[in-house]
Amino acid sequence: MPINETLQEALEKLDGAAGEVVLDFSSVRRVDPAALRMMEKLAAAAGEKAVKVVLRGVNIDIYKALTLVKLTPRFSFQ
Amino acid sequence: MPDNVSNLSEDRIAYLEGLVSQARTAAAAFTQYTQEDVDRIVKPMVLAGMEQARRLATLAVEETRLGVLEDKAMKNMVATEFVYNYVKDKRTVGEISHDPERGLVEVAEPIGVIFSITPITNPTSTVLFKCIMAIKTRNAVIFGPHPLAWRCCQEAMRVMYETAVKHGAPEGVFTCLESPTVPDNNWLMRHKDVRLVDATGGRGAVKAAYSSGKPALGVGPGNTPVYLEKTAELDMAVVDIITSKTFDNGTICASEQTVVIDDEIYDRALEKFADLGAHICTPKETALLGRVLVDPETGMARPQAIGQKAIDIARFAGLSVQPHTKLLIAPIQGVGPAYPLSVEKLFPLLTVYRAKSVDEALKVCVDVNHAGGRGHTAVVFSRNDEIIRKFSDVIDAGRIIVNSPGSIGALGGVYNDMVPTFSFGCGTGGGNSTTDNVNVYHYLNIKRQARRTQMPMWFRIPNQIYFNRNAVESLRQFPSRSTVIVTNPLLEQIGHVDTVRRNLAPETRVHVLTIPEVEPNIKIVAEGLEVLQFYKADQIVALGGGSVIDAAKIMKLKYESPEADLEELGAPFLDIRKRVAEYPVGKTNRARLVAIATTSGTGSEVTPFAVLFDHERGRKVTLVDYSLSPDVAIVDPQFVMSMPKGLTADTGIDCLTHGLEAGVSVYASPYTDSNAMQAIRLAFKYLPVAYENPQDEEARTMMHNAACIAALAFSNASVGVNHALAHAFGARFGVAHGRANALMLPHVIRYNASVPAKFMPSPHQRAYTAHKKYATIAELLGLGGVTIAEKVDRLIAATERLLDQLAIPRSIADMGISKEDFERAVPDLAKMAFDDPSWRTNPRMPLLSELAELFWMAYRGRGRASEQPTEVEALAYAHQ
Repeated sequence: MPINETLQEALEKLDGAAGEVVLDFSSVRRVDPAALRMMEKLAAAAGEKAVKVVLRGVNIDIYKALTLVKLTPRFSFQ
Repeated sequence: MPDNVSNLSEDRIAYLEGLVSQARTAAAAFTQYTQEDVDRIVKPMVLAGMEQARRLATLAVEETRLGVLEDKAMKNMVATEFVYNYVKDKRTVGEISHDPERGLVEVAEPIGVIFSITPITNPTSTVLFKCIMAIKTRNAVIFGPHPLAWRCCQEAMRVMYETAVKHGAPEGVFTCLESPTVPDNNWLMRHKDVRLVDATGGRGAVKAAYSSGKPALGVGPGNTPVYLEKTAELDMAVVDIITSKTFDNGTICASEQTVVIDDEIYDRALEKFADLGAHICTPKETALLGRVLVDPETGMARPQAIGQKAIDIARFAGLSVQPHTKLLIAPIQGVGPAYPLSVEKLFPLLTVYRAKSVDEALKVCVDVNHAGGRGHTAVVFSRNDEIIRKFSDVIDAGRIIVNSPGSIGALGGVYNDMVPTFSFGCGTGGGNSTTDNVNVYHYLNIKRQARRTQMPMWFRIPNQIYFNRNAVESLRQFPSRSTVIVTNPLLEQIGHVDTVRRNLAPETRVHVLTIPEVEPNIKIVAEGLEVLQFYKADQIVALGGGSVIDAAKIMKLKYESPEADLEELGAPFLDIRKRVAEYPVGKTNRARLVAIATTSGTGSEVTPFAVLFDHERGRKVTLVDYSLSPDVAIVDPQFVMSMPKGLTADTGIDCLTHGLEAGVSVYASPYTDSNAMQAIRLAFKYLPVAYENPQDEEARTMMHNAACIAALAFSNASVGVNHALAHAFGARFGVAHGRANALMLPHVIRYNASVPAKFMPSPHQRAYTAHKKYATIAELLGLGGVTIAEKVDRLIAATERLLDQLAIPRSIADMGISKEDFERAVPDLAKMAFDDPSWRTNPRMPLLSELAELFWMAYRGRGRASEQPTEVEALAYAHQ
């Protein structure tokens, strides 16, 4: 499933999440601006609902892009 | 936020914030792209720009009412095709250059969000240009177009954006302000997520950019002077000037403003201008144009005239001109407020000045240049390279266009090989940060990856070294018509000079120059020089210890290079390869220098060093250069058999110190190590024997060889802090060099073997190894010990035993120097030692406080340094 759809799904399922959501990025090579915006929304929603979002297997290029939009402090990384 | 943005509505701020957010996200996503990704996007953008060049030009003319459609279309094509031709093969992502020899790699990092102001004069071309630059460099741009040109700019941006996104660029990579205002610009310039302001426009916009507190590329107005010099190819010059000044009705800020013409060609030039469609104004017409076209309040040309045709400007001013007139030419007699037309005129009106001389012409060009055009562009037409050079010297312009049109020439890539641009850096003269034609590299943070490099090392020694008994016989092979033997009176008395004389080539005329057995000074050198000159010496035989050989080295230097300034040559340095002092190069080798050592310590017979005593300043000056090295060294033990015991001890310890310091030097190499280790081994073995049994020829021979071998090591690896301490202490208290070294030696070994408070910066060293090298020396000497610490301890103990065997005092105190005298001296001693170049290759960088402490350790005496290791030292050993 493309990452944007995964993110959208995660956003929708956030209500039912119990404490932690893990998203696997290990097969994601690159994120586009839409994905970054989705992740901003996801981080905001997770913050409101006190859900921890864990990103697993994020490559360094994506990590840098997340850093530039100041999202890294809002996620946990594995 | 500045006052003029406080009246932005909440809706407007939200709009602007949205633009920044969009650009920031796009810029972040863009960082993941490769060079191939961006190159795939740029090419279709360029093709789209070319395709739309005329349409965009039409929109620009319609909206701005400035310029010439055809010229604007051409500018759009230059902004795309020419810029692409420049950037297409440029690397702008990741590693962009690699210099393996210097170990330097440049890595490109995008800037992020750029806020870009674009001008009314070149609206669409500037947008096309900046879009291509931004994609090539993975940046996002928010455009702030001129308020009277925003629709055409937005359309140009749309063409670029849609093509870019279609080919993979991140969404939101370009945005353009709608209905832009100055407060919008000011708000965006100061936004925390805007990383660079790139302002191409008028003075106000450029100043605002630089005042924003953000890194900025601000490129503003000019006032281009042109020097039409009498040797110029006149037909070409006139056509070029007309082409340039009428191009897009003169809207390019690099276009010609005032042409200064040499008197000799002035009339002919004006005739040619008139023949090709220019109207030459009368004085009355010139005055009228000045009154109408220049605002007396601001001193600037009225905006209504910008980009208009010559006939329309004439009509506007009430002038009657021919309908085909393409350019107005107004003669002026000076520059400044009294001559209003001498300012920048972005329309087809050119001022001309008749110059009676080159000097006057250049002065008027400077005046024009400084009347609003500093740093921008200047033009010279001449076939005289000297004139072109002088013009370039005196004119403050980022671009000096030679024998070609100013405006199109400055754009680059058409008439010359400058970088194509639509943004001219004007340097500090124009209040800008660069004089470059702004290009892709200004849209990058270029990171320098600097790999560790190892400078080439060397091992330089004299060509010929003769050793063992009767080595002096080798002198016979060197033909000489006039030999000067430099020696001291004692050596003459005991017959050494006769020995040398007997062994010289038979035809040699010999003169003996005896000098006092003291460190050489200027007077001794000067006297020696006179002797060399008088006898026209072609060979100098230096027979003696370090002082005599050093004196001969300096005499030879002055003999061959009389202009050599000894004080300058003795100037301090950190790295011999980078020092300020320049030794004579390419000098004639007028005299062969043969050094015959009569002591076994300094090794001066093979070293590139010479010490000169500066009486005036009361200090020693060390000269260092391989040109000082003797041509031939003779290491013949017959000259040292009669050395007294004290001298044997002191010089022998000097030799040992050379070996130990070269061994741990940061310049040590396998080449120097082999010599250092051998010298140390020989000194430990034979010095006590030579001391106890002066007539033991084997011991004398081996010590004589050891001194020379140690010198081969330290001639290349240099010495260390022990010598710095000894030089200072010896000079202050009149103690012989070898003895001074001996007093410091055990303490310095301990000091270097412990963890440094400061490591010595040295690319040659891959780790701190001094303690390990001392341990290796201990192994070589068979001193035993298991750990490195034990081996170092044993080396120190062995050194102390050797010093005791040689009856060297155990401490400075034992030499009869009172504690009070020493206490007073220590601060100065520490400073002198610090100023001494000897420690520059020490493995541990000495602090002043450490130098003082080392002096105190030497004062208290040996046997104590190793008794109670300091906390730091203990730590060092714990880590081994």
